[in-house]
Amino acid sequence: MEIIIAQLINGVSYGMLLFVITCGLALVFGILGVLNLAHGSLYMIGSYVAYSLTTTFTQSFWTALIVAPLAVAVIALVIERTLLRVTYQLGHLSQVLLTFGLAYVFHDLTKWIWGSNVLSIRVPDLLSGSVTIVGQTFPLYRLVVIGVGIIIAAGLWWIQNKTRWGAIIRAGLSDREMIGALGVNINLVFTTIFVLGGILAGFGGVVASPILGLYPDMEFQTLILALIVLVIGGLGSIAGTFTASVLVGVLETFGRYLFPELSMFLIFGLMAMILVWRPSGLLGKQVVEG
Amino acid sequence: MKKSVVMSLCVVALLLMLSACGNSAMNQAGGSDEGEGNGSSSDDTIKIGTILPFSGVYASLGKDLSAGMKLYFESVDWKAGGKKIELIEEDTAADPQEALRRTRKLMDQDQVDMLTGAVSTAVAYAIRDEVNSNQLPYLASHAGGNDLTRGERSDYIWRSSFSSWQLGNSMGQWAYENVGDQIYVAAADYAFGKEVSAAFMEAYRAAGGEVVGEVYPPLGNNDYASYLTTIADSEADGVYAFFAGSDAVRFVQQFEEYGLKEKFDLLGSGWLVSEDLRESIGSAAEGIYAASFWDYNLENEQNQKFVEAYEAAYDRRPTVESLEGYDAARIIVETIEALDGDVSDPDKVIEAMSAVEFDSPRGPFAFDQETHHVIQNMYILETVTENGRTENKVIEKIEGVQDPGE
Repeated sequence: MEIIIAQLINGVSYGMLLFVITCGLALVFGILGVLNLAHGSLYMIGSYVAYSLTTTFTQSFWTALIVAPLAVAVIALVIERTLLRVTYQLGHLSQVLLTFGLAYVFHDLTKWIWGSNVLSIRVPDLLSGSVTIVGQTFPLYRLVVIGVGIIIAAGLWWIQNKTRWGAIIRAGLSDREMIGALGVNINLVFTTIFVLGGILAGFGGVVASPILGLYPDMEFQTLILALIVLVIGGLGSIAGTFTASVLVGVLETFGRYLFPELSMFLIFGLMAMILVWRPSGLLGKQVVEG
Repeated sequence: MKKSVVMSLCVVALLLMLSACGNSAMNQAGGSDEGEGNGSSSDDTIKIGTILPFSGVYASLGKDLSAGMKLYFESVDWKAGGKKIELIEEDTAADPQEALRRTRKLMDQDQVDMLTGAVSTAVAYAIRDEVNSNQLPYLASHAGGNDLTRGERSDYIWRSSFSSWQLGNSMGQWAYENVGDQIYVAAADYAFGKEVSAAFMEAYRAAGGEVVGEVYPPLGNNDYASYLTTIADSEADGVYAFFAGSDAVRFVQQFEEYGLKEKFDLLGSGWLVSEDLRESIGSAAEGIYAASFWDYNLENEQNQKFVEAYEAAYDRRPTVESLEGYDAARIIVETIEALDGDVSDPDKVIEAMSAVEFDSPRGPFAFDQETHHVIQNMYILETVTENGRTENKVIEKIEGVQDPGE
């Protein structure tokens, strides 16, 4: 029994890690309708900037936690203003190609700047302890990540559903022209969302890298995980992404515990089943795109 | 509309998976020829072809092997047997198909006299037949799959690095005597991980120990929490782990974070605590026992010379891959010297290569004439903390470990 509870905690903490990684992608896709395949790259840049900050300049994880997402935000801003804006009229395919191309550019740039060694970021001393629950030891940092995931989810839900900004965003999603005609600067809204997505990606990079590490090709592994969660959760739904993250985390953890050989199969099996049963994902919105 | 988006999403995800699995996503389009020397293909130049991954997940290994080779060639001024040595490097991205294409290019276009390299064992197997049928002398300088010097043995293939068996086997007896009679095995789920842990378990059981559990997380696994919780529940005395690269960093760190370090001894191969990973792993590496055929802190004259020269040239510590490159270059140079620079007959080249013996930084080096595989000392290392950083310390030497060859 104790080991079941322990594995459940492992599952939830892994799930929250997935949510922290995925939420930026889900936000951008849900509201802008842009599938940002450079999301993993933004995540990676967040990690590497945080690495440089923690090892060379400030030695402070907390500074990195603020500065790295902002650095990524600047990159996201430039991408949205110069490249992505042009493709809004052109449909999904050109956006996919553009962002995938960017992912390769960022791949080579980071390799050029940071090399191809395996790196890692230290957990700050304050969070590096362990906690014993039901006779099992857990790293404190994992439990903190659970909290961080919940806070981000709550924050996003609150913005989207309870604020004027959220109302504009939801309106813009349903009818872009009408909201423009009503005097809202929809371009500004889109830029803001994309930059926010970048901040979340960078933030995810900083939060996840003490656990997942930094290594060549990390952005593609991250992107695959994020896409799986996105498809299972349903497009355009933060609640769906949240549910899917926890579901995938718990399922994969128990899969590894009970049938170690099948754990990867279980996740893709789940994805296939969800697609057959509910093609728009667990909590996907049935909104028809304009 | 929405459905088609979901479908295209899946297709993209699938493509990504495939490209990630094959490690071929990042193939460089162009070649990476870096001909040293003056590149004139006249009779006074001997061409050495090198296939190494300079991109993809094994890029840092390829870089170190290359750096080690160049360091040795530099020390003999790129000359051997009265001839100039020209090194032609090709990037395989650790992809077998790409490696085969690059090998053919080296043979047909560059007409190299000898071939060396290969980090991934899959690459070594992929080029094996091509090398064998073209009678191209090939010195495998990293790839450790057992079969390359067993069932897939070829007259023209010799290996100077190690075999999975040597790595795993050398730890078995030691673990039984020093750790305890019950052990849990965790290894990355790929050919190399399975071969090394199988060799370990064979030797451990032969010594009298019992393997109480085995688990094989996928390669590139990012969260070991679930596996570690399962292991923590067992009654083992120690955990034998085979992981490398980013997997090793995560496994060792999480092993400590989940409190297993207090309960179990952790042991594994040298890659668990290799020179280029320990800084990333941090203090979690302390107390690990590992088996390897070389270490930075190995005390002998040759190693001291090698380490000093390497650090002076590159301003960083050599890794075990740097040593592999350094030794491979030395074997090539000594082969050419023995033939007075006449490498036109591949059979004579092989004969000369097989007779190469010298004191390597790793200890005495000689080939097994039967298997074409190196006979070498294996060392048991313990990771300790010295002056605020972790160092590997050699605590036991197992002399003249010879792969059984079958």
